[in-house]
Formats: sequence, C-alpha cells, structure tokens
Amino acid sequence: MSFQSVKTGFFIAVLSIFMAACSSTSTDDAAGASGGAGSGVSAGGAGDGGAYGNDLGAGGVATVFYFDFDKATLKDEARAALNIHAERLRANPRAVRLEGHGDERGTREYNIALGERRAYAVKEYLVLQGVNGDQLEVISYGEERPAALGSDESSWGLNRRVEMQAQ
Amino acid sequence: MDKYSKLFSLIALFFLASLARAELTIEITSGVDNPTTIAVSPINLAEGILPEDISAIVSADLQRSGLFNPVPRQNMLSFPRNQQEIYYRDWKILGAEYLVFGGGTKAANGSIQVNFGLSDVNGEKIVLNQVVNGTASNVRDIAHYISDKIYEAITGVRGAFSTRLAYVTSFPGRDGRMVYRLLVSDADGARERLMLESSEPLMSPGWSPDGKELVYVSFETGRPAIFRQRLADASRQQLTNFKGLNGAPAWSPDGRKLALVLSKDGNPEIYLYDLASRQFTRMTNHFSIDTEPNWTPDGRALIFTSDRGGSPQIYKMDLASKSMERLTFRGNYNARPRLAPDGRTLVMVHRDSGFHIASMDLETKDFRILSSTQLDESPTVAPNGAMLLYATKRGGKGLLAAVSIDAGVKFFLPVREGDVREPAWSPFL
Repeated sequence: MSFQSVKTGFFIAVLSIFMAACSSTSTDDAAGASGGAGSGVSAGGAGDGGAYGNDLGAGGVATVFYFDFDKATLKDEARAALNIHAERLRANPRAVRLEGHGDERGTREYNIALGERRAYAVKEYLVLQGVNGDQLEVISYGEERPAALGSDESSWGLNRRVEMQAQ
Repeated sequence: MDKYSKLFSLIALFFLASLARAELTIEITSGVDNPTTIAVSPINLAEGILPEDISAIVSADLQRSGLFNPVPRQNMLSFPRNQQEIYYRDWKILGAEYLVFGGGTKAANGSIQVNFGLSDVNGEKIVLNQVVNGTASNVRDIAHYISDKIYEAITGVRGAFSTRLAYVTSFPGRDGRMVYRLLVSDADGARERLMLESSEPLMSPGWSPDGKELVYVSFETGRPAIFRQRLADASRQQLTNFKGLNGAPAWSPDGRKLALVLSKDGNPEIYLYDLASRQFTRMTNHFSIDTEPNWTPDGRALIFTSDRGGSPQIYKMDLASKSMERLTFRGNYNARPRLAPDGRTLVMVHRDSGFHIASMDLETKDFRILSSTQLDESPTVAPNGAMLLYATKRGGKGLLAAVSIDAGVKFFLPVREGDVREPAWSPFL
C-alpha cells in the first residue's frame, strides 16, 4: 500500500463512480429516514429469493428496533419481532446486515461504539434463537446517519435504533 | 424539505462556486470586559493596493481573540507607514492603547516586503518593528504573521493566527443522499480547501504533529476505515480495514504512531499503530466501550473515554506501565478528552443540564463549564492553549463555536452551507 499520488479532483471522480456502483446495492437511506417503527426497509439488492423475498418486514414485522439513551438493552417489542425474524432466518438462511445508530447527543466516537453495541445486542439475541451468526453482519454508523433530523426527544428516540437490512 | 433539496442540488452542481461562498464568517458573542483598544492603520504598498487588506485581516484576528477592540478605520486621522509618520495625539484622541502601522514595497519579481511596527500610544514608544517577506499570492499569510507577532508582543503568549482548521460538513445532495466533505481552512475560516468529498460519512479528522497530513475515518468502502492524507498534493492512503469499528485516530506527538480504536474482536479497544512497521499493539482489554484516545503532550500516556465504571468517564493510561487512572468523577457523562498544550488543562464533553464543553485542571481538580450553547461536542484546543473550538447546534444547524480557555470570550463561526462539525485545530505550522 504505497502512497497514491491522486489529486483531489481525480479522486472525487473515482469516488463518485465508486459510489454510483455501490448505490445499486445500498439499502440505507430512504426507508430509514421515514423512521416509523412499522416501516419496512426495502432492499435494493439483486433478489436472492427466500420465503419472504427481499422484504424482511413482510407481514408488518418491525425491522427497526429502538433503544434508550446510552443503553443497548432490547425492548420487549423488539424481542417479539426478533423472535419472528429468527424463525424466518432459521427456515430460510440469508445474509442480513444489522446497522446500529445513535442520537446526536454526546460524542461521535462514543456513539458509534454505542451503535455497534446495540447492533450486537440484536445479533446476540438472534443467535440465541438459533440463527447462524455468520449470516449477520454488524456495522455501526453512530450518529452519522440520523433517521430524523430534529433536535428533540421524538427525533432522538427514532435515531437510537438498529436497522435490519437484507444483504 | 423539497425546496431545500433542490437548493442543495444546485449548490452541489456548482460546488466550486459554492465553496468560495462557504467560507466561515465570525460572529463574536462575548469578549473580555475590558479589551485593549488597538488601531491597525492600513498597510499598503508604495506601488499600490494589495490584493488583500492586511490591516483588516489583522484587526479581525485580534478582535477574534476577544482581547482586543480594534478602532474603526473611518475614525482614524492619519495612516502612518513608519515611525516618523506617527502623531501620538491622533491616537490618544481615539483612546487607542496600541497602534499598528506599516507599509510595503513590491519588487520587480513580484515579491513583497512589508515593514510593520507596534507602538505603545500612551508611552509613545515603539514596541516592535519588523520586516516580513512574501508574495502577492500569500498576503493572508503575511497578515496572520503580523497578527501573531502583535498578539505575542502584547500578551506574552504566542499567536495562533497562522494555524489551520480541519472540519467535516454535510448537506443533502441532489439524490437526497447526504454529501460529506472534509475541509481545511485558515484559523479564521478563510481559504477553505476541499480535501475529500464522499456520499458516505467522514469522521474524526486529526492532524499530524508537523501539520502536513490529516488522519480521519471514511465509510467510503461501506465500512469505517482509517485514512491518512497529505495536504500538499491530497494523496491518501488507507491504513486500516478491520471488521467492526476503525475509529478515533490520534497522531502521537513524535509523529510515529497513531492511537486508534478497533472492535475487530467484538468490542471497542484502544490500539497503537506504528506507522513505520504497520504493527498494531492492543492497549486496553475490557468488555466496556474504550474509545476517543488522545495523547498527553509528552507522548507518555493516553487519555480516553471508557464506560467501564458504568457511565462514560475519562481515564488516563501510562503507556510504559499500562497503569490506569480515572480522571473524572463529576456527573454521569464525560467524554472525548483533549489536553491543552500545558498538559494540565483537560477539556471534554460534559453532561449537566445538556451537553457542554467543560475543563478540569488536573492538579487543582478545578472543574468549569466553558460553553453555554446546546449539544456541544468535539472540543479542540488551539496550539497556544488560549482558545478552543467545538461543534454545537443552533437553529437545527451544526456550526462551530469558540470559547477562550477561561470562558471569557465566546464566538460562533457560522457556515452558510450544511452542517459543520468535528473541528480539529492544527499544530503551529
């Protein structure tokens, strides 16, 4: 890995091509931004089948799970939804990405660590329900990708979350 | 929201043009009770007007320190270019305690020579008389140099006006996705330069101790990874690519290592990364969150955030012995520590009624809340220790604010476009 002498402008061009290439499989923004607990997260990736297709939220099962401030403890409603996901994932194994997020309060690097802890809480719960952990990828965005942009309790509540996404 | 995304699309389309308009501007909200009145007489060339107004830049620098109250130019009765042209009565009438005067010449090859001086108006004596050389393209450097010398002559503290800031901005792009930018500007926000633009988050910029490189976190690969990038040619190199967190890089004072955070083993831990050997050494071993490492100025210890005691608090680890000491006990949230250059003043994010920047004297344990804004984070101390910058929110928008280390001086650095955050003050350059 030697130093590449890439000028910024050229790099931006390369990066935008790269991003354009990535964006076809990226599933994060739009659905996350709507933020409602019941909103499904639609996958943009190539359809790889499975009993409930690409829609992890089929049948109205929550795919976004919310947390308290500075906490990574699963709530009862999250456990209920995760029980259904675990059943489906055992029956039809598939790759799932667990994206951890935090609200804007506190520091960014601590929040990204907290987001990861939340995503692991979801992963560990699914594994305890018999899901193969190798199917579950954990990634944390901390406070970098808020679902709601306000600086109030309701926005913060929507932002402290883990999103389950088909890969 | 629709209107805004259209507006931002336009801005994204003409981003070069918008960059020129996006320069930070300064808004002072509070200064010291009794600032020193100083007159900075216009400094021009014998051959004509300079491309930038040196004395306006010097006045703004001194005003931004909060310690000075510059005399408006329109009130000045004369514009002395040298000691002989000073009529002290002109300045006593205006209540000026100090006067900055000067002039310059331009050589045939385009180089510029500026002579400047500082006089004590009441004592009617010259405090400083100096020559500085430059070119028409670096008049701002000349101006900041003059500010540094004047600040030091009057306060006894080295000026930090010739330093730079790195920071991150974000705004919704044309397709609704966020656009993230890593930018570098002069300490006064001028001459903003784009280092990197990405549609994935950019985080945690920090400086190399020689001020020639940045280190930061980019999600451009779909996951967080640590990069280093040179300012001179914008060339860059990816340093880490581990599963999990790759975060919070902090360059060691000797330039040889980075302290950083990896969670490849399932939990965020602090590592040292040797830049020459590319070896990682794990420094913490605890099931809690250990993050936000930073170096003591002597390079012998790390300070970092850990919630091993049940809430995020600041700890210090001696690198040789690995012995650990908890530094903060007040309140249930103290995070992202930075030490002032004296090695004694700790600044951090502290939660009381909200999130504020606080300082603690490590010897006397004197604890002070420095900021009075909302949702404050990412404190970064100027290399002369006189002031710190941090990120805050106002009207739903992220912006940078500054506060003097004694909390007496406060001002905002608003940006016109998007959210601005994560300031990192360069070392002396």
